[in-house]
Amino acid sequence: MTVDSNERLESQIGEWRSYMRRRRELHKTDAEELEDHLRDRITELHEAGLSDDEAFLIAVKRMGSLDELSREFAREHSERLWKQLVLPAEPDAPAAARTRRELPVMILCAALAALAVKLPGWLGASMDDDDSASFYLRNLSLFALPPLAGYFCWQRRAGWRTIAAVAALFVVGAVAANAYPLGGSTDPEDEPTQSLVLTAIHLPLALWLVVGIAYTGGQWRSDRRRMDFIRFTGEWFIYFSLLGMGGGVLTAFTAGVFNAIDIDPEDFISQWLLPCGAAAAVIVAAWLVEAKQSVIENMAPVLTRVFTPLFAVVLLAFLGGVVWTARGIDVERDALILFDLLLVVVLGMLLYSISARDPAAPVGLFDRMQFVLVVSALVIDALVLAAITGRITTWGFTPNKTAALGENLILLANLGWSAWLLIGFVRGRMPFARMERWQTSYVPVYAAWAWAVVLLFPPLFGFE
Amino acid sequence: MYITKDLVAASATPLVLGILADGESYGYAILKQVNELSGGNLEWTDGLLYPLLHRLERLGHVESDWQSPEGGRRRKYYRITAQGRAELAEQRRQWAAVVDALHGVWSRTAVLPPIALEGGTA
Repeated sequence: MTVDSNERLESQIGEWRSYMRRRRELHKTDAEELEDHLRDRITELHEAGLSDDEAFLIAVKRMGSLDELSREFAREHSERLWKQLVLPAEPDAPAAARTRRELPVMILCAALAALAVKLPGWLGASMDDDDSASFYLRNLSLFALPPLAGYFCWQRRAGWRTIAAVAALFVVGAVAANAYPLGGSTDPEDEPTQSLVLTAIHLPLALWLVVGIAYTGGQWRSDRRRMDFIRFTGEWFIYFSLLGMGGGVLTAFTAGVFNAIDIDPEDFISQWLLPCGAAAAVIVAAWLVEAKQSVIENMAPVLTRVFTPLFAVVLLAFLGGVVWTARGIDVERDALILFDLLLVVVLGMLLYSISARDPAAPVGLFDRMQFVLVVSALVIDALVLAAITGRITTWGFTPNKTAALGENLILLANLGWSAWLLIGFVRGRMPFARMERWQTSYVPVYAAWAWAVVLLFPPLFGFE
Repeated sequence: MYITKDLVAASATPLVLGILADGESYGYAILKQVNELSGGNLEWTDGLLYPLLHRLERLGHVESDWQSPEGGRRRKYYRITAQGRAELAEQRRQWAAVVDALHGVWSRTAVLPPIALEGGTA
């Protein structure tokens, strides 16, 4: 065998090996075993007088078609198609060292989050103390989100500017939540003030977007990175819900088995298991999303696909009902909130179908369905707004109403322009990427609004 | 001679176990031995031997390890286990019953032409 032909044969075998490695059903060791076989076969054929090329061709042919081989391997090792659900099985990339540290760092961050929940209790703000209830309500997002942001800063090797910016924003949030006299009342009979509730809702939103800065590793201006963060948010929510369900089962069993031996686990559950578990789950869910993003189909777009037509039908039916009964929408106290949430859901479905869409794909039935969904949501919201404006002008502005109205307008503006872009797209006049850009450029609006509610509303409304 | 897929598949396990009962071996050598034993009549697709070996390993009939001889390639060797030997004995019993039954059929059925035993390829 000359050196030249030997090299040629090696490159052919190398090519064959890379084909094998592309099959998920075949592990590295399987490919190695098969390659060993292939080499034996080639040697034998070579000794029988065949040239390298001939020997290689026949050996490959005798090995069987790759499809058939993969199918047989899949039948024997069906778990491999499901594998890597917990840990990346074969870290063979050069980044393996970092991947190995990923798990301990994640556990450390989760432990920090759990610790952060317990810390105020040790400093005197007990969890089941009514006085401290407002403290926990205000600071809910400040327990788990800083460790999460820290995890992403580490994971993305963020620069010190990014880390400083993220840290500063967290400090601003903490100060706003605690320096304003939001829930000064010591009387447990008093309902929490509107400003306190608004901060409790909007601070997590604002800080979640700060986590987004860490998530993008400081590249928060990039459209692609923003879209990644939107994808991450959807998947994180799903994983968090799943972990929550698992945690519920664990809690139920803990309560059951300890009660059976007459030990009351209630304190442990309410003081340790639930708060620490929830805080740690925030980190674990984020880690799972990151570890699995290329392995498992993203769930949020799948759910979107299922529910977009259903929601479209429900909204159309509702509009039909409004026309049929010729009755205006009865604007109750909470109606604005309800319709805000409806817009959020519609927007979410729009976002998650965008996040998984191939921008180059042609217009399909689904896009038209989406258009119907967005337009019917807009029409409904216009009816609601018309009905509610009268009430607000008579009763004046309270923090709740202002916040709800502001959110409604922000979502309305987004969906209105989205509908316009969707028309252009469905009629083939606009590329889909315009839609994607619009949504990613809109994210700072949410951030600005959330911060405004947290920072400006309380003084504006006299800490009402 | 062409042998149907079903027959090849059915005989694969006892053949592999029987070969391994003689001592540890690796994929390519097993395949060559099957070829020799059957006089070239049993045509296996090379690659498909490996999923079979993995299945036998999962069932506990064989065990395997990677050996790298001095200056040679790393190679995966398979060894039969006690459970594998028991399975082999069981398969042998079943096959004997089938072969007996078939003998009975061949000798009774006068309609069948006798096999021409040319060249000793029985």
